[in-house]
Amino acid sequence: MNAPRTPVSAPTWWDEFTTAGSSPNTAAARLHQGNILYIENVTVSFDGFRALNELTLYIETGELRCIIGPNGAGKSTMMDVITGKTRPDRGQAWFGSQLNLLKMSEPEIAEAGIGRKFQKPTVFEHLPVFTNLELAMRAPKGVWRSLVARLSGEARDRIEEILVLVGLAEQRDMRAGALSHGQKQWLEIGMLLMQEPQLLLIDEPVAGMTHQETERTAELLVALAGQRSVVVVEHDMEFVRSIAKRVTVLHEGSVLAEGSMAQVQDDPRVRQVYLGA
Amino acid sequence: MAVTANKRADQVVYGVLLALAVAVPALNLGVGESSALHVSTYTMTLVGKYLCYALLALSVDLVWGFGGILSLGHGAFFALGGYAMGMHLMRQIGTRGVYGNAELPDFMVFLNWKELPWTWYGFDSFPFAMLMVVLVPGLLAFVFGWFAFRSRVTGVYLSIITQALTYALLLAFFRNEMGFGGNNGLTDFKDILGYDLQADSTRATLFVLSVLALAGGYAGCRALIDSKFGRVLVAVRDAENRARFIGYRVENYKLWAWTFSAMLAGVAGALYVPQVGIINPGEFSPLNSIELVIWVAVGGRGTLYGALLGAFVVNFAKTFFTGALPELWLFVLGAVFVLVTLLIPQGIAGYFNREARA
Ligand SMILES: Nc1ncnc2c1ncn2[C@@H]1O[C@H](COP(=O)(O)OP(=O)(O)O)[C@@H](O)[C@H]1O
Ligand SMILES: [Mg+2]
Repeated sequence: MNAPRTPVSAPTWWDEFTTAGSSPNTAAARLHQGNILYIENVTVSFDGFRALNELTLYIETGELRCIIGPNGAGKSTMMDVITGKTRPDRGQAWFGSQLNLLKMSEPEIAEAGIGRKFQKPTVFEHLPVFTNLELAMRAPKGVWRSLVARLSGEARDRIEEILVLVGLAEQRDMRAGALSHGQKQWLEIGMLLMQEPQLLLIDEPVAGMTHQETERTAELLVALAGQRSVVVVEHDMEFVRSIAKRVTVLHEGSVLAEGSMAQVQDDPRVRQVYLGA
Repeated sequence: MAVTANKRADQVVYGVLLALAVAVPALNLGVGESSALHVSTYTMTLVGKYLCYALLALSVDLVWGFGGILSLGHGAFFALGGYAMGMHLMRQIGTRGVYGNAELPDFMVFLNWKELPWTWYGFDSFPFAMLMVVLVPGLLAFVFGWFAFRSRVTGVYLSIITQALTYALLLAFFRNEMGFGGNNGLTDFKDILGYDLQADSTRATLFVLSVLALAGGYAGCRALIDSKFGRVLVAVRDAENRARFIGYRVENYKLWAWTFSAMLAGVAGALYVPQVGIINPGEFSPLNSIELVIWVAVGGRGTLYGALLGAFVVNFAKTFFTGALPELWLFVLGAVFVLVTLLIPQGIAGYFNREARA
C-alpha cells in the first residue's frame, strides 16, 4: 500500500526513451547505486519439487543480463518471485535497497518500477492495439481515476511513438488478438515500455519471431539498457550472443555459472548440462 | 468501427424505449377499450415486467460480458431490491389489512407477533425504502465481492458460490422467523405514495418509470464501458495477470463493477414488485439466476443491447409457451440455449454485428 510513487513530470516525461542517457530520473536516483535487484537464497518448492534452490543473483543498475538454462531450470519461476506472483518458501528479494519485494503485491511491484513480459505473449486480445498500450501507460491506476480519466494529447503522442517503435503503427486499431505471434511479442514489449519500468524482466522475447524481428528486438534491448536495467531469459543462443555482456546459467533452480558468453561457454559444467557437449 | 456500430445500436435502443414510453401509456389511457389500437393494462404490465427483466439482464451483462464474472446468483440482488420495495408497500397497507392492525402486517398478526422486527424499521418512509433498494443488494454484493475477489476466486468456482448465495437466501426467506412473510412472501399491496396500484394511471406511471430506469441504466453502463474503467474491466477479463503486472488492482475493479451491477439489479426488482403485485422467496430460486444468464447469452453478451434483446425475446417466448405448452418451457429454454451456444456463440446481437461487417 505504501510503495513510493514517482511523480510523473508532465512535459518531458517521455524524453527518457528518445534521448539516450538523459538526465537521471527520480526513481533511479532513489535506488541504491550499484545493484537494482538482490535475490538471496531463494527457494521455491512445488509439492516438494524445488523449482528454485537457494538461488542468489544480483543485477546491477543499468545492466543487460541474459539468463539461460535448460527447460525447467526455474527461469520463469524466478520472474514469478520477483513480480510477486509466487511467494518463495525462503530467501530474500529486494528491489534496490529499500523495497522488499516479498512484502509487495503485484500491482505495487509494477508501480514501484518492475515491468514484465510473460513467456507466452499476454495481451488484451479483445482490445485494440492502441488501447493495450494506453492501459499499460504509467499513470494513476485506481478505480476512481479510471472513471474520469481522459487521454491527454501528450499521452496520445507517447502511444503513437511507441507504436512506431514496435512497428505496429498500421495495426493500431486492430484487435490485439488478431496479431501474429511475433507482433504480440512486440506489443507486449511496447506495453512494457509504456510502463516506464526501472527494471524490465523479459521472458523469451524472440520465440516465434522472424530473423529480422529478432534482430530488431536485440537492437531495442541493447538500446534500453543503460537507462534501465534489463533481464532477459532466452533460449536462442544466437540472440543471447548478440546482446549479452553478462550471462547467468541457471540449472535446477540455482546459478551454475556466471560471466561473459565466452566464459560460460567454456565452463565444463555448463557444457555438460546445457550445451550438451 | 465497433464504436460506430455501438452508436447506432444505442440510438435504436433509446428510440425504441422512447416509443414505448410514449405509445404504450397513450394507447392504454387515451384509446378506448373498444378500439383495435387499445393496449390493455395486462399487456402494459407484462411489457413493464419485461423492462425490469431487461434491466436485470443489463446488470448481468456488465459483469459477465465485460468483466468476465459469470454470476449465477444475480436473481438474489433483484429479489432483495424487490423485497425492499415490497416491505414499503406492506407498510402502506396500514389498517386496510384483513386484521386491520395499523402496527403490523397481516402475516405477523397471524404469527401472533407483538411488535415489528427491527428489520422493518424505517420502511414506512418511501425515501428510506428506495435507499434500501440499492443499499441492501449493493452492500451484500460488496461484502461478497470483497472476500471472493480478494481471495482470487474466479471462473466456475465463483459461479458456484454465487449460486450458493442465492440458494442460502432462498432458504432463509422461506423461514417465517425471518420476518419477511415466509413462503407466501409479501402481497396484497394497496397503493404506492397514495396512488392505487390497481389504477391504470398508476400502472402507466410505473411503466414509464421502468422505461426510464432501463434507459438510465443503459446510459450508465455505456458510460462506464466507454470510460477507461470499462477498458480496464475488459482487460481484466482478457488477461487478469497481465492487468495486475501493469499495476491495476484487479480486485477493486471487479468489486466496483460487481457492486454497481447488484444495485442495478435491485432497482429492477423494486420496479418489478409493484407491477406484478407480489414478491416471494421463489425469486431467489437458483433456476431464476440461471435463466437470466441464458437471456444474456441468447441476446449476445458484451454488447449491452444484446442483453436487452435477449431479455425481451426469451421472455416473450416464455409467455407464449407457458400459455400454450407450459410443461415444455424448460425444455425449449434448454434447447434454445444449446442451439445458440453452438450456432451463434456471440448471441443474436453478435450474429447481426458480424452480418453488418461482412
Ligand atoms: N505452478 C507450478 N506448479 C508446479 N510446478 C511448477 C509450477 N510452475 C513451475 N513449475 C515447475 O518448476 C520448474 C521450473 O519451471 P520454470 O520456472 O517455468 O522453468 P523455465 O522457465 O526455466 O523453463 C519446472 O519443472 C516446472 O514444471
Ligand atoms: Mg520459462
